[in-house]
Amino acid sequence: MTYRYRDLLALEPLSADELTFLLDQSRPFQEIQRHPLKKLATLRGKTVALAFFENSTRTRISFGTAASRLGADTMNLQAESSSVKKGESLLDTVQTLDAMKPDCLVMRHASSGAADFVARHLDIPVINAGDGTHEHPSQGLLDALTIRDRLGKIDNLNVTILGDLQHSRVARSNIHLLGKFGCRFTLCGPAMWVPRELEKIGAPGVSIRRVFKLEEALEDADVVLVLRVQTERMHEPSISNEDYVLGYQLNAERLRHAKPNALVLHPGPMNRGSEITSEVADGSQSCVLEQVTNGIAVRMALLFLLISGAAGDGGHPAGTSAEDSQAPRNRRSTDKKEVPHASD
Amino acid sequence: MRIVEKAQLMSASEIDRTLQRLAHQIVEKSGGTKHLALIGIRRRGVPLAQRIAQAMRGIDGVDVPVGTLDITLYRDDLSKVAPQAVLQSSDITFGVDGMDLVLVDDVLYTGRTIRAAMNGLFDLGRPQRVSLCVLIDRGHREMPIEAQFVGRTVQTSDTEIIEVRLREIDEEERVVLVDRQEP
Repeated sequence: MTYRYRDLLALEPLSADELTFLLDQSRPFQEIQRHPLKKLATLRGKTVALAFFENSTRTRISFGTAASRLGADTMNLQAESSSVKKGESLLDTVQTLDAMKPDCLVMRHASSGAADFVARHLDIPVINAGDGTHEHPSQGLLDALTIRDRLGKIDNLNVTILGDLQHSRVARSNIHLLGKFGCRFTLCGPAMWVPRELEKIGAPGVSIRRVFKLEEALEDADVVLVLRVQTERMHEPSISNEDYVLGYQLNAERLRHAKPNALVLHPGPMNRGSEITSEVADGSQSCVLEQVTNGIAVRMALLFLLISGAAGDGGHPAGTSAEDSQAPRNRRSTDKKEVPHASD
Repeated sequence: MRIVEKAQLMSASEIDRTLQRLAHQIVEKSGGTKHLALIGIRRRGVPLAQRIAQAMRGIDGVDVPVGTLDITLYRDDLSKVAPQAVLQSSDITFGVDGMDLVLVDDVLYTGRTIRAAMNGLFDLGRPQRVSLCVLIDRGHREMPIEAQFVGRTVQTSDTEIIEVRLREIDEEERVVLVDRQEP
C-alpha cells in the first residue's frame, strides 16, 4: 500500500487502506518525538512554504516544527503582514511563492476549495491545512492516530461530536476518516449549528444522527470530540455563552453518560469554561496534549511522504516515470466546484 | 534483464553455525555481555540479531537486549530510491548511552546503510562503542566502514547480488549468489 496522490487536500476521497497507510507512516515519527535529538537531515535542502491566509498559531507552528525536525527550511507567509492585505489575488500570491522554488506548499484559507484551486495551478505538492468549512485533513489524521493509540483501534466506535458542527472542517475530516472504519456519529449542539444536511455528509452507509440533548448524545460514546465555539466564523453570536454552557458545555458530570473510559478530544484552542470545563480538559480521559504531539508526527509523515515521493527525478508517487509525472491530485472525482475567489 | 542464480553460498545449517560463531566472537571481544546490546537493521538484520542474542543466552545465560532500526529516514539517496519510501518503526526500548552496541545486518556492500544506521543511533544518545556484525561481506565499499564480526567474505562483481533468505521473512533459509544478465 502506498499513497497515490501528489497532494493532501481532503480525506474524503481516500480509502480505508490509504488512511491506514498514512497513520502507519506517522508511527516512526511519533518515536522521533521521544528522541533526545529530534532533528533529522532527511529533507535537508528542501523548503516548505507555509501560506496561512487565515490566522493560525498551532497548526502553523506544528507544520513549521515538523518541517524543521525533518531538516527542511520554511518560508512563511501570513495574511496579516502580507501583500494579501494590499489586494493581491490568491493565485498571484501562491505563484509568487512558487517562483521562490519551495518543494511543498502548506496552506490555510478561509474559502472552502482554496487548496484544491491552488493545487491545480502548481506542480509542487499542496497540503491543505484547513480550507473554510470544508476539511482539515492533518487534524483528522492526528485525531485518528490519538484514538488508535489509546483504544487500540478506530473501527466501529461511537463518536459524539459536540458544538458548532456547521462551521467545522475538523468535524468533516473526522467524519470522512472515521466513517470509513465503520464509526457511528452523533452530532450535538444548538439546532442552528447542527443543520439537517450534516446527516448526509458521510459516504453512503455512514450512520450520522443529530441529537440535541447533550446527555442523550453522550450515551454509549467511545469518543467525544469537543469543538471550539468559533466566534470568528459567525456574523453575530447566535447563542450567548451562558446559554451554551447551560446546554452544551462538557463537564465531568455530563461526561459520565459516555462509556467509562471514553476519550475526550479537542482540536484547540480550548475556551475553558465555555465548551469544556478544566476538570474534563485536564482529566485522565482528555487527549488534548497527545493530539498536539501527534500533530507533529502526522505532519512529518505527510511532508516526508509528499516531498520524498516527488523528489528530484526519482519518480512520482504512483511509481510513474518522470515523463509521466502527473500523479493524480487528491480530490473527489465529482468535484466540479467553481474556482473560489481569494477575496470571498 | 534476467536474474540467474549462480551459486549457493550458505545452507541453513551453515547459517546457523556461522551465527553461533559470531555470537561467541562478540562475547569474547566485548569481555562479557554486561553493557552489550544488539541492533538489527531492518529487515534481515532483525532476525539475525535475535538469533545471535539467542545464541548468547546459551553462552552466558544472559539476555542481551535487541533493538531494531529502520534507516529510511537517514538514507543519503532518498531521491534515487523513491517512489515513496515506506517507513517501518524502529524499536529501541533501552537507553543507548554508555552501551556497547553491535549493529547487525545481512550483507555489507557500499557501507551507506551502516553510515545511515550510525546517524540514527547517535540521535538516540552516546553509545560507548559501536561495532558491526554482518553475515556476508561482499566488498565494493564506498565509505570508510568495516565490520568487526564477519560471517563470510565473498568476492563479487558489481552486477551480482547476494540474497540472504531467512525463514522468518522468506520461507526458506539459505544464502545465494545471483547475477543480473543482459538478454
